[in-house]
Amino acid sequence: MKRLLETINSLDRRYIFLFIGLAVSLPLFFPIGIKFTVTHPVQGFYDTIEKVPNDSKILMSCDYDPGSAPELYPMTISALEQMFKKDLKVIITCLWPAGPPLVEKALAHVAAQYNKQPGIDYVNLGFKEGREVVMVSMGASIPNTFPTDYHGKPVSRIPIMQGITNFKDVAMIVNISAGYPGTKEWVQQVQSRYQIDLVTGCTAVSAPEFYPYYQTGQLKGLLGGMKGAAEYEKLVGIKGLGTRGMDAQSISHLTVFLFILIGNLAYFALRFVKGKASR
Amino acid sequence: MNIETLGIWLGAFFTLCIFSFLYKDNPFYKLAEHVFVGISAGYGVALEFQNVFLPNLWNPLTKEGKLIMLVPLVLGVLLFTRFVSRISWLSRWSIGLLIGIYSGIAIIGFGSGDLVAQIHGNLLPLWGGNDLLTLFNNWILTVGLITCLIYFFFSKEHKGSFGILARVGIYFLMLSFGASFGYTVMSRMSLLIGRFYFLYGDWLGILPQ
Repeated sequence: MKRLLETINSLDRRYIFLFIGLAVSLPLFFPIGIKFTVTHPVQGFYDTIEKVPNDSKILMSCDYDPGSAPELYPMTISALEQMFKKDLKVIITCLWPAGPPLVEKALAHVAAQYNKQPGIDYVNLGFKEGREVVMVSMGASIPNTFPTDYHGKPVSRIPIMQGITNFKDVAMIVNISAGYPGTKEWVQQVQSRYQIDLVTGCTAVSAPEFYPYYQTGQLKGLLGGMKGAAEYEKLVGIKGLGTRGMDAQSISHLTVFLFILIGNLAYFALRFVKGKASR
Repeated sequence: MNIETLGIWLGAFFTLCIFSFLYKDNPFYKLAEHVFVGISAGYGVALEFQNVFLPNLWNPLTKEGKLIMLVPLVLGVLLFTRFVSRISWLSRWSIGLLIGIYSGIAIIGFGSGDLVAQIHGNLLPLWGGNDLLTLFNNWILTVGLITCLIYFFFSKEHKGSFGILARVGIYFLMLSFGASFGYTVMSRMSLLIGRFYFLYGDWLGILPQ
């Protein structure tokens, strides 16, 4: 017994990696279809976009890079699906340098399905360095802050940008955020100043930091990580990476939970056995 | 082999190189690490040059003749004086300006977006008007807020009833740390799932549709 407990206590961490690898891989090949329900923050995200009148213009800021794409790219796809379904016009900006190519990929995937035209139904204004300064500058003038789109075309020649001066000309802001600059800065610099509706999709690791903003109503909706993406996909009616990853997510969490439980039980049991032997 | 296929193979190779660290440190991991750092730095410099320096400074100065742009140019050049110890103090002017601007923006944002809004958001009704579940949540939030604040009040020794309240604050903090850790695990697992999807789907093409 003591030997078994000692083995568990000094288990090579590579066995844990192996089990986690299996826990993630197997559900991808053999889906279980674990059920999940839509939570209030996700419903809020969906409802806020749904309430916007058709043909309105929405500002979407995709502030992430490939490092967090598994969580945030599915949200981008779903948000574009919902907005294009409603015939909303989407103006996209990026405050992270590697964001624009991901936006282009997402637009190529979704816009074609809904027969949306670049420049008329959507525009990718690309990346602008400056973090919060860019947000403040957009409050004065979006065309001056982003004088050209991602492909170098002047915004004065882009139909969707006609009549756009600053935040008062967009119906709401959708933010997809991996960190700094991101949701926190959009709340602090834009939502609190201009009282504009703001919803966000963020990585799971940063979600706990943003729940207070949802509780106070500064955020109208919040998607936290892959789970949030999966719930949102359910509302939009698509089966994307978020939904497909939920089985793997659940099984891997169960595996982590079991390792924590077994590790703790073995630790205390060994302490008990050693204490008994020394008495 | 087209460029997209080459990209997938390169992505798979470097993913496996990074994963190999899970077994132990090795030259493949080191190669991937160094390539990543090098490409990130190169991409960053090229992007800043094309996206910031040329459109915001160089083109307005040289093509549009905006002489006011000499001011940011000089301030930018002053930053590089840090490499010459004799005149490195000149860089403090540029750094001071940067810190001043960002501090000003951050303080205003924090004041209006966090401090006032969060205090306002925590002034919740504790009886009457709402349904029982909302009232219960309001009580939890209020008790948690007050006890956590008590825990961080160090001007009085944590003894007696004050100590008990501080102890309750610790439990609330532990719960929040647990929730944060859970979300962190979820985030890391999502990244792993994303990589496995890439390896099994995009690279090997063996995932069921």
